[in-house]
Amino acid sequence: MSTITPEIVAEHGLNEEEYARILNALGREPNINELGIFSVMWSEHCSYKSSRRHLATLPTEAPWVICGPGENAGVIDIGDGQTAIFKMESHNHPSYIEPYQGAATGVGGILRDVFTMGARPVANLNALRFGSPDHPKTRHLLSGVVAGIGGYGNCVGIATVAGQTDFDPAYDGNILVNAMTVGTADADKVFYSAAAGMGNPVVYVGSKTGRDGIHGATMASAEFDDDSEEKRPTVQVGDPFTEKLLIEACLELMAGDSIVAIQDMGAAGLTSSSVEMASKGEVGIELNLDEVPQREENMTPYEMMLSESQERMLMVLEPGREEEAHAIFRKWDLDFAVIGKVTDTNHLTLLHGGEVVGDIPIGPLVDDAPNYDRPHDVKPAAIAAERPDVPAPTELGATLHQMMGSPNLSSRRWIWEQYDHQVMGDTVVLPGGDAGVVRVHGTDKALASVTDCTPRYCYADPVEGGKQAVAETYRNISAVGATPLAITNCLNFGNPEKPEIMGQFVGCIQGMGEACKALDYPVVSGNVSLYNETNGIAILPTPVIGGVGLMQDYKKLVRIALQNDGDSIYILGDTGGHLYQSIYAKVIQDIHVGPAPRVDLAQEKAHSAFVRGQIEDGTLTACHDVADGGTLVALAEMAMAGGKGITLDHEGDHGFWFGEDQGRYILVTSNGAALEAAASEANLSLTKLGRVGGDSLLGQSIDGLKQANEDWMPGYMAAV
Amino acid sequence: MKSAVIVFPGSNCDRDVAVALEKIAGNRPHMVWHGETDLPEVDLVVLPGGFSFGDYLRSGAMAGRSPIMKEVITRAHKGKPTLGICNGFQVLTETGLLPGALMRNAGLNFVCRDVTLKVEHANSAFTNAYTNGDEIRIPVAHHDGNYFADDDTLKALEDNAQVAFRYKDNPNGSQNDIAGIYNESRSVLGLMPHPERAIGAELGSTDGIKMFESLMASL
Repeated sequence: MSTITPEIVAEHGLNEEEYARILNALGREPNINELGIFSVMWSEHCSYKSSRRHLATLPTEAPWVICGPGENAGVIDIGDGQTAIFKMESHNHPSYIEPYQGAATGVGGILRDVFTMGARPVANLNALRFGSPDHPKTRHLLSGVVAGIGGYGNCVGIATVAGQTDFDPAYDGNILVNAMTVGTADADKVFYSAAAGMGNPVVYVGSKTGRDGIHGATMASAEFDDDSEEKRPTVQVGDPFTEKLLIEACLELMAGDSIVAIQDMGAAGLTSSSVEMASKGEVGIELNLDEVPQREENMTPYEMMLSESQERMLMVLEPGREEEAHAIFRKWDLDFAVIGKVTDTNHLTLLHGGEVVGDIPIGPLVDDAPNYDRPHDVKPAAIAAERPDVPAPTELGATLHQMMGSPNLSSRRWIWEQYDHQVMGDTVVLPGGDAGVVRVHGTDKALASVTDCTPRYCYADPVEGGKQAVAETYRNISAVGATPLAITNCLNFGNPEKPEIMGQFVGCIQGMGEACKALDYPVVSGNVSLYNETNGIAILPTPVIGGVGLMQDYKKLVRIALQNDGDSIYILGDTGGHLYQSIYAKVIQDIHVGPAPRVDLAQEKAHSAFVRGQIEDGTLTACHDVADGGTLVALAEMAMAGGKGITLDHEGDHGFWFGEDQGRYILVTSNGAALEAAASEANLSLTKLGRVGGDSLLGQSIDGLKQANEDWMPGYMAAV
Repeated sequence: MKSAVIVFPGSNCDRDVAVALEKIAGNRPHMVWHGETDLPEVDLVVLPGGFSFGDYLRSGAMAGRSPIMKEVITRAHKGKPTLGICNGFQVLTETGLLPGALMRNAGLNFVCRDVTLKVEHANSAFTNAYTNGDEIRIPVAHHDGNYFADDDTLKALEDNAQVAFRYKDNPNGSQNDIAGIYNESRSVLGLMPHPERAIGAELGSTDGIKMFESLMASL
């Protein structure tokens, strides 16, 4: 064994203090295998060392929460003995380096987190952030990421039903690729990761282990610099066909009762899966690395423990059930190997070539992981003392046309048509709506899911921005008629060692926590991605929220498309005309300063309940929340989706039409009197805006708006 | 009508087509694993959509050589109605049960969208509930749907009225806008669009129902 020099320690991304902790934990110097294991387990990506104490403040409980954060994914009760299981995860760093494989394996990883728990995945979502459209790499990154997400999800056969894609120069050097999976399982068939039963076999299934992705977790825990492209070998390669087989094989095995515990091998592969299973079960695990199925020759223990080869799982089986399990994996042509056993030592013990090549006490490896309270400056809410008024446009209709064809409001059809959004035959609201909706197979129930975040608000005011991200998903789910139940998140930030970045993080968490609490909308799973910086330039704070809600009867759902000529159009909620941080201010007036809009959480809750009630009663023919771009943009989206015009009879200034005040919905009904009476009884502000009819909006033909909206992205992607 | 759906490793529309068959034909199809060699006695064999063997070789090439395909081909030659949807169409061309090949989409990207099809020839067990010239909305979802055949084959397909469906707005570059074709005796149909995804208004279209109704009425 080579001796551990300070250079080797530094190469593993560990600082002196952390190395001292390792010496203390072991009571001796680690060998190289042990050092590698500590380095990945204590990486930011695996240990959450900068974020843990703050994440602990988030609300995680509700009567319908079956399993909150800490397992592979969160589990909620959706009635009738069924559960929804979901999580979101980042694959930012690898996707920037190798967009196709980075994004593809991001999808593969999150799928495994969900089916590991016994769920059949039923929906994929994503949230993507790219740099300026003018940046020379943006086209290449966008086309690679979209192809990668599609290439993986389409092959595996899981519908990709919703997502979000934004452009901002802050992501020029660090794109964000966040992938979410929602699955369903029977409540008595949810599987967990705690290993148990002395002597029980530890079984490896799936693909063979190769040398790919070694130190991926460590890469994802550091800033980029000009040499980052040299990190390409740390990016894994996805095999969606094997993943599909793995899903079917695991679900077939899970239908029986031979599994004690199961865990996917994600970041830090065999290391994190075995350590987590042992730690959760408060047992030890002994692995004989000679038995690990290997793709390449002469792999060292170090390589095997740190490989991030994809499509692999680790299980603990009931004793004597190996052959029955092996038969299933043989049918699906997947590797199956007993590679170790559960022990009572509370150590992770590694054997190779008959020798002990690693022996680490699990307790210190997990519990002594650094847990930093990093200095943080939470930015005050109002920024920029000098802030100009946001001027009015010369012509509302022409401005709307310009906005609908701008990069951040244009149609994402070019993206979502590359995703199979209908496979499995249960997608009832397609991409382009407020939330993706899939039926719970064989029932009238449906799950509505969505991803959202408005980073420019988070930058202007982390606390309000954190609240807004949660509230917007709550609104999106409510707008189709579903009851929002819980969230997952993917918290993307810059370098936490900088107090202003840590301040963004802490502020956003505070806002998210307040919103989750007020809305009874807890966090059940999540992921943190820090160090999204290149040469010292950080991304915008981007706490992406993935929300899930439940509808009892999908036949009652409402979409954004206008349905009937003559229907009355209303806006629910007051419009103060908040133009700072709006798309209008940024795109039309080039004004980027000023505070983010405020979120009134009590009002969010009341509005959501009202909207859901009206949908349940069948009063609404269409519904859409008001978000990016404000009221006029929301109306245009509804008009384009329905291919119908709108006659406005409400007078308002540009603040009214383009302001981004929160908590508002556009409600469309054939029975205006009933809606007005209901709003009045609920004491809510409802304003009539106009009627459905004709083929234009503010003098702009709907076809013309649609063309502007649909043409931008294909035109951009086709340009060289 | 009794039917069988062949399940290859990587098939992912096997359940969807089974749901459609059960909904309209009223009984569950046999789900037959590709590694089997025995095929139950059925009135219809379906090769479903998906990515058999990951499409890592040519789409459908590996599946066309699965053990069960020997029996599927034998029965098809005897006139047993055989339906290939999407990846199933690719398998049918790989086995030679249908002529031509499905190449990468002309736009190079995967494409999932509703398309309008013109029913070209409705005189088969698969299509007789439609009328020639009907326009129907059915989704496509594929990367390799660009139908290609040599000039003689194309001419024969047209002359023998073997083109079942044509795209109104060609999404993939297929020759003659071909979306689906029959074999000469009209006992085999392969098509890229997914009729099993168009069986309810909530899914966006009901225009696929008539294909299953045609089969019900005929078989």
